[in-house]
Amino acid sequence: MMASAPPRLLSVGMPIAVACAAPFVLSNYHIFQLTLVLVYAIALLGLNILTGYNGQISLGHGAFYAIGAYVAAVLMDRFGVPYWVTVPVAGALCLVVGFLFGLPALRLEGLYLALATFALGVAMPQLLKYKPFEPWTGGVQGIVIVKPDPPWGLPVSADQWLYYFTLAIAIAMFVLGANLLRGRIGRALVAIRDHPIAACAMGIDTARYKSLAFGISAMYTGVAGALGAIAVQFVAPDSFTILLSISLFVGIVVGGLSSIGGAFFGALFIEFVPSIADQISKSAPWAIYGVFLIGLIFLMPMGINWAIRLGWARIARSLHAAPAQSRSR
Amino acid sequence: MLTRNNIASAVLITLLGFAAPCALAQKMYDTGASDTEIKIGNTMPYSGPASAYGTIGKTEAAYFKMINEQGGVNGRKINFISLDDSYSPPKTVEMVRQLVEQDGVLFLFGTLGTPSNTAIHKYANEKKIPQLFVATGAAKWNDPQHYPWTMGYQPSYQTEAGIYGRYISQTKPDAKIGVLYQNDDFGKDYLKGLKEGLGDKAAKMIVAEVSYEVTDPTIDSQILQLQASGADVFVNVTTPKFAAMAIRKAYDVGWKPEQFLTNVSISVASVITPAGPEKAKGIISSIYGKDPTDPQWQNDPQMNDWRAFMKRYYPDGSLTDVNNVLGYAEARVLVQVLKQCGNDLTRENVMKQAANLKSFDTGTGLPGILVSTSPTNYAPIRAMQLMRFDGKEWVRFGNVIGQ
Amino acid sequence: MEQLLSQILAGLATGGIYASVALALVMIYQATQLVNFAQGEMAMFSTYVAWAMIQAQMPYWIAFFLTVGISFVMGAAIQYFVLQRIRGQPVLALVVVFIGLLVIFNSLAGWIFTSTIQVFPSPFPAESPFGQHYISAHELGATVVTLVLITLLWAFFRFTSLGLAMRAAAQNPVSSRLVGIRVGQMLALGWGLAAAVGSVAGMMVAPIVFLDPNMMSGILLYAFAGALLGGIDSPGGAVFGGFLVGVLENLLGAFVVGNELKLVVALVVIVGVLLLRPSGIFGSVQVTRV
Repeated sequence: MMASAPPRLLSVGMPIAVACAAPFVLSNYHIFQLTLVLVYAIALLGLNILTGYNGQISLGHGAFYAIGAYVAAVLMDRFGVPYWVTVPVAGALCLVVGFLFGLPALRLEGLYLALATFALGVAMPQLLKYKPFEPWTGGVQGIVIVKPDPPWGLPVSADQWLYYFTLAIAIAMFVLGANLLRGRIGRALVAIRDHPIAACAMGIDTARYKSLAFGISAMYTGVAGALGAIAVQFVAPDSFTILLSISLFVGIVVGGLSSIGGAFFGALFIEFVPSIADQISKSAPWAIYGVFLIGLIFLMPMGINWAIRLGWARIARSLHAAPAQSRSR
Repeated sequence: MLTRNNIASAVLITLLGFAAPCALAQKMYDTGASDTEIKIGNTMPYSGPASAYGTIGKTEAAYFKMINEQGGVNGRKINFISLDDSYSPPKTVEMVRQLVEQDGVLFLFGTLGTPSNTAIHKYANEKKIPQLFVATGAAKWNDPQHYPWTMGYQPSYQTEAGIYGRYISQTKPDAKIGVLYQNDDFGKDYLKGLKEGLGDKAAKMIVAEVSYEVTDPTIDSQILQLQASGADVFVNVTTPKFAAMAIRKAYDVGWKPEQFLTNVSISVASVITPAGPEKAKGIISSIYGKDPTDPQWQNDPQMNDWRAFMKRYYPDGSLTDVNNVLGYAEARVLVQVLKQCGNDLTRENVMKQAANLKSFDTGTGLPGILVSTSPTNYAPIRAMQLMRFDGKEWVRFGNVIGQ
Repeated sequence: MEQLLSQILAGLATGGIYASVALALVMIYQATQLVNFAQGEMAMFSTYVAWAMIQAQMPYWIAFFLTVGISFVMGAAIQYFVLQRIRGQPVLALVVVFIGLLVIFNSLAGWIFTSTIQVFPSPFPAESPFGQHYISAHELGATVVTLVLITLLWAFFRFTSLGLAMRAAAQNPVSSRLVGIRVGQMLALGWGLAAAVGSVAGMMVAPIVFLDPNMMSGILLYAFAGALLGGIDSPGGAVFGGFLVGVLENLLGAFVVGNELKLVVALVVIVGVLLLRPSGIFGSVQVTRV
């Protein structure tokens, strides 16, 4: 039986080992950037659960990211809650909000769901600026957060500590996601995406799973938002425009839909490619970004993750074929 | 005993005594400064919704290029690193961290945007990096006691709005005021300053507060709401595009209040002409610098210097965009600060010199409006003068307020 | 009462803007079964092209028709060079390509023409019609242009064989090929037409909102909403949807929630309508056999 994917040790073990060792060789700034990559990866995994595995398009996931971020900021700044408590709270709240949003979304398909979520993403900044909320949200001025210090007097910098904290949560979320998606729930989601009527006929409660998918996906993105807020140390309505939602969407498509590894590649793309584009052309960096985007889709329409798998399969095939050839001589 | 050796030693020691302070007055550098260059960091929205302001960064870069061609400052070239933050605070944080931790700049200059600067405010002060002449009019940058490393540049929005508030309560105490404001830090700061200027009559005088988002296509609905409120004074707190729309629409619907316009949108070419000059007749605003499109500065020698500079070093830049004058002025102030630093290019000294500007003339300020700072006053320009549009040009009146 | 009337009329004027862009969106959908997110930016870019020509002293109407022609070619070229290559790919990948086009056009416009706002002239007289002051001559004229366009397009799709061929190619490319329709050409034609309609929309909108690279970003959401509200496969519906959204936005902002929540509430209402009629008011309900 030919392996179509690189062995687990390679695809999971190595990156984790590299991730753990990285902070010791990188500067604080690069550690900060990697922390953001992990944050985006968690968010992208969430979005992938909804759009990639369950086929519900969301162009407004930035809204859930914003909710998570503001929950963390408000709890830390206004109520003095320790940072590590804010993350699960943000996740729980977004789980509920996502589920509730998923209920009316059941009636909307494809384009119409895209519009509804797009609308959510566009409206979120205005909601965050709303005057009655100002005592908590800080209005347009936003909220400044203090970065947590390493606990127990550990000899690491605040950036390094935050990185490991984020890494631990990221690994946990990915393991959770993998179990979810490879098990019964995951199969139900995929079935609903591909053949909703057949799934229904098989006894899958479509409505419940679709709303659940929304909730879980929002939870992931909310957790990412909270971690992101702590890393950047600032939240403001302008941080969560529709551009964020679009970036997340681009991230999962580029990384690879319906794949867990795709979340990581997508995160690398959305974190680093804009800077690379900026270095290539100072006058029209986003044009370069757009060209990269289109080029990637041309070359790897299914995303980076699948391209790597295809590449690996080809290598594996040629390795297997070689001894057969020599035998036939 | 006065032996030859003793005298020689005494002379040597005396000479050393003189030399020591000279050695101390030798060059002192922090990261980003050296014998040959001074590295400066900046973030600007070169893309995204605020990209119209990106031209300020381009003007500054062009000015530093000119200075470098003329030999630099005290023999050192200026290395101006300006990054795009798309007006998104997380991106600003990332770019600033790159500038400080990766590129090793000496200080930050002219970073644009209130939310962007708020995001890096604490960071800069914690790391003791001068955050100089931030390009926003928020009032909070003038706080040397809590944030000694951050300094603004232009008169704050609250200052300006306060001037209008006081003027209205003095000249029209029973006015009914309608305010149109942009729903962001700029608009809200203005509203606050206006209310402060009106004093305790503010609640009674302001009959309508109507906001709009930068993403709104038109503001026709808002103008109609203000008209319906019965206001006879209109405080127009809008950015150029919306200011032009507001002025035009207010006239077209037959609403003729006494109108106050924010200084941000006074450009004759970008706002008044598109709106229609006859529709802008009578509007009151205030100014601290020279509008490049105002006919009265057509032959002003200092403005001609600016025009020559633009033509030579930034030919793509518009000669009608007041943002390009702002960038030029800020760059000139910075070069003055660097000159005052001499060979002591530590961050502490940069900040000290920035807080030590004595009536510096940028060449683009109104006659009598100069740049001054002190350790207790971090507002380089505080003064403005009221002016009224007479259908053809802005005519200043009254005294310079706030000097 | 007078305020109600004035808000409704102002809403119709703004709605006219949304309607014209919504029309372009629906055009693309009819021709390709895809929603082109880059439609707004393409229209904005076309408007800049027209502006550059007018700056070079070209008379308005010559610049206008020349721009429409250039936009047609630009649209067809995009279909031929970019989209043809990824024809069979999953829909989401195509959406990302559109997003790529969106940022490319936006960035190029900012680079070539700078981000400073410009004035775009209007071909209509400056005095308000009929002495009233709710709708300017230009807003009225732009609405008329949109309605004329939509009539022409409807007639084209309904009564000409070319229009029929285009609709067929979009809805069922396989069968269309079997009857001899050149599907690739039809798609290019559809894109060209949509880009041309978009350029007209841009040139009608620019005098009102002033020309800058971000001119269309605020409009796109409302146009999108209007198109879906009216029915994405119905040009008339989309135009109606655009007007409806314009009026709704004004009424909600003025009388119901104030301007600070206008965006949120307007979109809640739109989504609410979609929940009641998921395919839009005039859209045709797709019935699939199980």
